[in-house]
Amino acid sequence: MTDSEVQIDPDDHTFRGYRRADGRVGVRNVVAVVPVSVTASAVAERLADDAAEWVRATPHQMPLDPPEGARDQIETVLEGIGANPNVAGALYVSLGTERIEADALADGVAETGKPVETLTIREEGGTAAALDAGADAVDRLADEAREARREDADASELVVAMECGGSDATSGIAANPAVGNACDRLVEAGGTGVISETPEFIGAEHILADRCTTEEVRERLLDAVDRRERMAGLMGVDFRGAQPSPGNQKGGLTTIEEKSLGAIAKGGTTPLQGVISYGHRLPLGGGFVVMDSPGYDVESVSGKVAGGAQVVVFTTGRGSTTGNPIAPVIKVTGNPNTYQRMTDNMDVDASRVLSGESVDAVGADLYRRILSVAGGELTAAERHRMEEFAINDIPPKELAALGDPT
Amino acid sequence: MKGITIDDAAIVMAEADTVATALDDLETGREFDLAGYGFAVGEHTVTLTEQVEFGHKFALEPIAEGELIRKYDEVVGEATRDIAAGEWVHTHNVESTRARPGDESDGSDDGESAETDAPAAATEGER
Repeated sequence: MTDSEVQIDPDDHTFRGYRRADGRVGVRNVVAVVPVSVTASAVAERLADDAAEWVRATPHQMPLDPPEGARDQIETVLEGIGANPNVAGALYVSLGTERIEADALADGVAETGKPVETLTIREEGGTAAALDAGADAVDRLADEAREARREDADASELVVAMECGGSDATSGIAANPAVGNACDRLVEAGGTGVISETPEFIGAEHILADRCTTEEVRERLLDAVDRRERMAGLMGVDFRGAQPSPGNQKGGLTTIEEKSLGAIAKGGTTPLQGVISYGHRLPLGGGFVVMDSPGYDVESVSGKVAGGAQVVVFTTGRGSTTGNPIAPVIKVTGNPNTYQRMTDNMDVDASRVLSGESVDAVGADLYRRILSVAGGELTAAERHRMEEFAINDIPPKELAALGDPT
Repeated sequence: MKGITIDDAAIVMAEADTVATALDDLETGREFDLAGYGFAVGEHTVTLTEQVEFGHKFALEPIAEGELIRKYDEVVGEATRDIAAGEWVHTHNVESTRARPGDESDGSDDGESAETDAPAAATEGER
């Protein structure tokens, strides 16, 4: 059945999802295999590769003993991944010498009522034994996951992450405004829409600040932007040359201000209700919110998924192919050449805006697509098994100079 | 759509803007008649003085060195040299007004260690 055969009721904001024990609704039903440090990442990946397609690993590079402020952030993300409602059950894998305790993470996730297990490579007696024991654990979790059934759910139960990567001039003109329109529709329907990448608010923060619902939110936002801007100066990073990236510049973006003004269009026009720290829990029914994240798209997406986002809408002008292991990523491009060259990696052609179609019409289509993907329609990134994952690390120098972000 | 399309080949995002974005690869000599759109820059005809690639910007009016560049009815940078009407506007003649290295040292922040101050000062000297 093609899309055109589906009767679309504009007042229908429902989809069918997996309602978890804590009431949150998943749009996918995966078993997550989460390494606690880099030393467990290979085992986690092997366990997922050897299991069913819907068993997903989140390999990453975090060390055994990260410094304190960075450690809190890593813990928050690792626990958040297991707690994401797209996850039916989680297995935490550690070498056994990590400062972050797998049991503590598992306890946190268990509070959502879903099954969680832990696996310690040293205690099992090495890699081979850990793979055997891990496969058994994955089987047990998968058995429970198989019991889950889709049931009626509503757009108000969705947390949708808006992201952009590989931006060019069309991002701010076509794709991001269309995503912003869909974000407005989602917020209108009672859901939560979140944008992040704080460095990409630089030069556009006054627009977001004017949309803040309270003085407290406004201060939090401006502090976050100021902190990221100082971080750039502190590291001796010249934003000219690095932000916008060489690719952005090739695509016509000249300055960080220009990139930012285009980027914030993803957040639509509704009031800004809150600023959430990287990887922290995003509110349900929260309206439009911001997560304070770095400007690296894979880390930014991972942070929002750790915060509970079930669906990601990702715009790209130049042709990013990235996905996520836990949440479906809908790829939207405003560049007609990119859409034609990389149709196989794209879900929505927002370049229709450049040829005269209204942002409103493309936004309406995109909103329908979000509900359809929430209901199980696979995205291009899912078909290609694009499952990038990365946790933002805070370098010690930044920690010392700028203090804890929370 | 948002923004005003001129001649199906360029888009001006807001009436107050001083630059347009090419919606096609545009050749030198291409003319854009600005009459009737209500742009703040006026009603003249802009002639491209060089090629402008898809997605890139050109000036709708002469912009003097140090003047701010406007797109989306907002400031997107500052001219680093005089820019003629119809000239390609990009990193070679515009720079950001934000997040420059060394900027943090003229803020009110103090209490940072000497260790962090030293490289910042060195960076400032190089640029």
